[in-house]
Amino acid sequence: MNIPYVVEERPDSGLTNGKLGIWLFLASEVMLFGALFSTYIILRVGAEEWPHGELNVWLGMTNTFILIGSSVTMVMAWASLKMHDFAKHRLYLIATFVLAGVFLVNKYFEYADHLRRGEGPAHSTFLAIYFTLTGLHGLHIIGGMVVMLYLLGPGAKMWRTNPEQFTGRIEYTGLYWHFVDLVWIFLFPILYLL
Amino acid sequence: MHSDSESVRKSIRSYMMVGAALFVFTAITVAVNQVHLAVPLAITVALLIATTKGSMVASVFMHLSHERRWIYGALILTVIGFLLVIFLPLFTVSDTIGTPLRASHSAAAAEHH
Repeated sequence: MNIPYVVEERPDSGLTNGKLGIWLFLASEVMLFGALFSTYIILRVGAEEWPHGELNVWLGMTNTFILIGSSVTMVMAWASLKMHDFAKHRLYLIATFVLAGVFLVNKYFEYADHLRRGEGPAHSTFLAIYFTLTGLHGLHIIGGMVVMLYLLGPGAKMWRTNPEQFTGRIEYTGLYWHFVDLVWIFLFPILYLL
Repeated sequence: MHSDSESVRKSIRSYMMVGAALFVFTAITVAVNQVHLAVPLAITVALLIATTKGSMVASVFMHLSHERRWIYGALILTVIGFLLVIFLPLFTVSDTIGTPLRASHSAAAAEHH
């Protein structure tokens, strides 16, 4: 039995299952990060002092550039499929994957530097919320990389059997990836600059 | 399908423009931070720029500028939930608003001794 509305849109909503599913998932993600942003505000409002200059702004800015770049390559990976250029799509998706990897490597050096100086999550309220927010964000990066790896590997076969469904999968992965970028756009100023 | 790929081809220019604008806004955020504004102003400026950047990502990269009604409906509910999560807990600390935290703490400490 075929599952309906995988490729064709439902007549009443105009949406495919995947499109509705990923947006509902992202809505739950907004609430997850929203709860942690709320925690950040409460901790900061209640704190007598809040550290400034604890984090390396230049490394944070570099990572922001990297994630923005990866969002551009991700949307181009989808656009290439729409224009039936599978080879270009793969190049853009690989670029997105590599940029995500570079982001994590930068984050590793940042974490390692803090931990070497004994500045773990238990060191201060600021570092506790810093490690929680960036750690959860990092897990989302890893999740996105796993999906991209699948779509570059075994998942790519679908392009030959069902190109429209494959294009849909890239679009949903892209929506998730742009959301991860969007979260970082807010994390960068509140943790590194303010 | 042809018109679909044609419209995507036209969108590529806007993806590139938005990508470039996001880079520029990030640089501006860091540049403003180097000026060392007063904290409330610095927070306002940084969050305004971040909101602008976020809106650009959502509307262009995530295609929210021309999405279906059901998605908008789900997102409106999400925004309401998000605002509640952000602002509701602040009521628990609202009794300290306008009270110098250090002064009240040191007064309490003095009273204790």
